[in-house]
Amino acid sequence: MGELTLDLGAVLLLALGLKGLAKIRTARTANGLAALALVLAVAGLLLQQGFDGWPWMLLGLAAGGGVGALLAYRVAMTAMPETVALFNGCGGMSSLLVAIGAAQLPTPLSLIGQISVLASVVVGAITFSGSIVAMGKLQEWLGTPAWTLRPQRHAVNIATALACLACCALVLKGFPLALVPLTILSLLLGVGLTLPVGGADMPVVISLLNSYSGVAAAAAGFVVGSELLIVAGAMVGAAGLILTQVMCTAMNRSLTSVLFGGALGGASASGEGGGSAKDEGYKNVTSCSPEECALTLEAAERVVFVPGYGLAVAQAQHSLKELARLLEQHGIAVSYAIHPVAGRMPGHMNVLLAEADVPYDQLIEMEVINPDFPRTDVVIVLGANDVVNPRAKSDPGSPLYGMPVLEVDQARSVFVVKRSLGSGYAGIRNDLFELPQTSMVFGDAKQVLQGLIQELRALGVGKTALAGAAR
Amino acid sequence: MSTDLGSAEALWVLLLGSLLGLELIGKVPPTLHTPLMSGANAISGVTLLAALALIGAAPSPALRLLGAVALGFALFNVVGGFLVTDRMLAMFKRKESN
Repeated sequence: MGELTLDLGAVLLLALGLKGLAKIRTARTANGLAALALVLAVAGLLLQQGFDGWPWMLLGLAAGGGVGALLAYRVAMTAMPETVALFNGCGGMSSLLVAIGAAQLPTPLSLIGQISVLASVVVGAITFSGSIVAMGKLQEWLGTPAWTLRPQRHAVNIATALACLACCALVLKGFPLALVPLTILSLLLGVGLTLPVGGADMPVVISLLNSYSGVAAAAAGFVVGSELLIVAGAMVGAAGLILTQVMCTAMNRSLTSVLFGGALGGASASGEGGGSAKDEGYKNVTSCSPEECALTLEAAERVVFVPGYGLAVAQAQHSLKELARLLEQHGIAVSYAIHPVAGRMPGHMNVLLAEADVPYDQLIEMEVINPDFPRTDVVIVLGANDVVNPRAKSDPGSPLYGMPVLEVDQARSVFVVKRSLGSGYAGIRNDLFELPQTSMVFGDAKQVLQGLIQELRALGVGKTALAGAAR
Repeated sequence: MSTDLGSAEALWVLLLGSLLGLELIGKVPPTLHTPLMSGANAISGVTLLAALALIGAAPSPALRLLGAVALGFALFNVVGGFLVTDRMLAMFKRKESN
């Protein structure tokens, strides 16, 4: 009876936790509730089966929990996508190992149990190897080898999948040793499916693999006969699917084109008439110094920053926050325009700015801020490129065409802080740079921002307010 | 490790759990996409229950070791996932608290 109460409590808390995670005010509590749910679930299970084998349990707890906690506290926020991928892959590995173990138990499995073992092995292995490849690509340890972009890769993947099915059939016919090739082939399939995906699309893949690891957990639930595990796995699997869909919509990509279309800006970008950055040099580009930019800023009433991943790589979030504070003290309205895919995964830029203490209600979503750009005096683009490219609206031949962008070209003046005129992540020419109201400020984002702060201080900005509000 | 779960019953559980998951996440503000993904990912480490069950049912030290390794991977997912999500969410502040 006791364990039933605990199990029901755990399911309830998990549902509340997942729901609460989708709202800002409740998210942190919800995360705690979900963690508590897992504690209850473990308590229920131990109450039911006893503490047989506790030294092994402690061993797993100390090793896995310890390393996990250490990584969680030390990892840099810029590396969040690859961290999630790593955690996720290990969840898949766990389901894979449990299924292999369950197949070795002396008690024979029912047909559903056997099928669940197979599902757990296949999905767990794909989740593991796929997540590790995703992590490697995000860390830039792995590139996209040209051979993976050939159309033959689909044939190879389909052949691997068929071979997996054949191994499954062998296991069901009574050849348990076929689990060995099944595991290896499934691991290869995970690599084959993930390796061709371009870096910009990787978050979608991680989200999808996150959904898979829920499916693998549910399958493991069938194997060990735990309804709680089935519910929890199914819930995460389904929720992960929805989240994947939400991300695809935000990036204007379909799931099939992410999985089977190859890298954005790879074959499609350079091949067509859209004109790649390498072929056409930029003409009529104006560049200016931080002094000129500071003078324009000082006279502005409404300033919008467009931060991109380049800002985070330069570790310039804190300088940006300092500049914003200075402008606010001067009575200038400051906000941040956040594109849905700013950073390396949806919502990543919000996390990176939150780390620099930027209040989240100053971060404005694209649909909300786009109508405001015509009333904006100065836009400063920092380390963002493709998400402000007007070509996404005007040029049907461009690979970006159709992607919703921040319409910064509507603002009175635009400053683009960039190291050089190189192309963006997707390798596509940006028409914004050639517009008459655009000036390029060449340099490292952090140095430019600190230069701007110095120039503004020299102009007397912030002095009066600083005397008033001694923070 | 009881595998005597009625299979029809288990399939119902699977179906209802999936439907619940589809309903729980409808509109997510973009600010929360990354933390939500990370939190959901931590929950998927719930497979640690299966690892515990395997350790409990395993007749040999080799299988128990396998269970312990599986448990370690799952707990790495769970503990790391929840803590890193909390670390992210702790940083979100409104303007008043500035």
